[in-house]
Amino acid sequence: MQRNGPVALGFHSLIVVFMLAPMVVVCLVAFTPENTLAMPWNGLSLRWFEAVFHHNDFMSSFGNSIRLALLAATISTLLAVPAALAITRHEFRGRDVLNALFLSPLIIPHLVLGVAFLRLFSLMGMTGSFTWLVATHAIIVTPYTLRLVLASLTSMDRNAENAARTLGAAEWTVFKRITLPLLLPGISGGWLLAFINSFDELTMSIFVTSPSTVTLPVRMYMYASESIDPMMAAVSTLTIALATVTMIVLDRMFGLDRLLVGKG
Amino acid sequence: MTGAATPAATPRAFAPLFLSGPATLFFIGLVLLPLALTIILSFNSYDYTAGIQNDFSLANYLTVLQDEYYLSTFWRTLRLALLTTVLTVLIGVPEAYILSNMRKPWRSIFLLVIIGPLLVSVVVRTFGWSMLLGKNGLVNGALAAVGLEPVQLLYTEAAIVIGLVHIMLPFMVIPVWTVLQKLDPTVEAAALTLGASRFTALRRIVFPQAALGILSGSLIVFALSASSFAIPGLLGGRRLKMAATLVYDEFLIELNWPLGATIAIIVLVANLVIMLAYNRLIEQQAKRKLG
Repeated sequence: MQRNGPVALGFHSLIVVFMLAPMVVVCLVAFTPENTLAMPWNGLSLRWFEAVFHHNDFMSSFGNSIRLALLAATISTLLAVPAALAITRHEFRGRDVLNALFLSPLIIPHLVLGVAFLRLFSLMGMTGSFTWLVATHAIIVTPYTLRLVLASLTSMDRNAENAARTLGAAEWTVFKRITLPLLLPGISGGWLLAFINSFDELTMSIFVTSPSTVTLPVRMYMYASESIDPMMAAVSTLTIALATVTMIVLDRMFGLDRLLVGKG
Repeated sequence: MTGAATPAATPRAFAPLFLSGPATLFFIGLVLLPLALTIILSFNSYDYTAGIQNDFSLANYLTVLQDEYYLSTFWRTLRLALLTTVLTVLIGVPEAYILSNMRKPWRSIFLLVIIGPLLVSVVVRTFGWSMLLGKNGLVNGALAAVGLEPVQLLYTEAAIVIGLVHIMLPFMVIPVWTVLQKLDPTVEAAALTLGASRFTALRRIVFPQAALGILSGSLIVFALSASSFAIPGLLGGRRLKMAATLVYDEFLIELNWPLGATIAIIVLVANLVIMLAYNRLIEQQAKRKLG
């Protein structure tokens, strides 16, 4: 391992500033007392945060996003755990095809998925339905849950399961008492990644939400492209705070590098 | 998953079907079917009074591939995505190397600083850039402070590239960092002991091993940049379109769904072709490394 020289550290500092600058600016502007997007040079104010909590559209979108992410992450986990068991524990024809199909939302641009869902739902007469919005999000987050469950299944020590079987435990008991508890870190990590990805998804959702099901990122996008007032900065600051808390929790529980960097 | 106490042959054979069945049906219904419908839609023609026609024609593809407006948008998408990829390699690879040379606890702290922004919505980060790059933004304020003329940054291609590089940097740092973690640090130290210059050691030892990480990082960065939506939408303004904002306009403003579907399918096919070509390249690289 080499030491970083002064040039390297200078370069590194610039990158850190570059990565943090937009978020720092957003957080500062949120505290402005002015009516425009100005830095709070002349004192701080919480008026724009107050405005957010009285803004019905933002509040209902936030509720939509939370409900959506909870449901999508849960459904995706319920689909991914048995699918991962099938893929790792069984030899069958088409296994690689299935694996590729389940991971395909990572390869198909969300833009294309958004268009495709819009077409499907319009033919079904289901545009703007919250239930179907949940289904679309369950699809796009399944690669994340599947990958983490697959990773913990392949690295799992099978001896405990075999011991339980030898001692006469039924398959279901083995799963419930041995496999599932050992999988739990992978499952919860995958669920959280799925939740975050659903909560932040914009490009696909913008095609399939209706005025009553608009999610927070879609609402923020619309708001940022139409009107420019500091309320957008206040909403952004709240989501940055939420992301920071999530990041700390994730880092304590799993190690963020392990979770985001993953093992393939 | 039935409570079969003895591992009989028949239940075992059906087990994978039973386990993966729900997910398979879900994905056939909500990935393959809608994609097929979109491909069909791209061959339908559109009439501004009668709507989508149930016919088959190549008219949309011909329009998109011949019209100056669409071609220039595709060209811009390709150009900016490539530029973003090159820049993220130039910035992300050294940064990953610097990170991997750091000592505890700085390494994990700064890794969090670089990849943590992935948890913050793209809309929020792009909005931050629109404030920084705006006419009265901090960048122009800094220029004025040192006595320079303000420059138009927002709603230019430069703004889109700055935003894209910011969003994409973690996707380059992560794979390169992962590869560098597996690298044996004593090899580089040996090269230096044997009299290689710092630069030679980097070029001959570190870079070849990091190549696989750089390749897979570039693939992700290019694919995500080429289909990004929020960044051109907020930093490119109404004039500078990229593929994703173009599709959005066709679907939700022009309401010409077949034409929008055509552009989306072209984006998808281009993506898949580039992915496959890249995978070939990576396989060749891996083979060469294994001898």
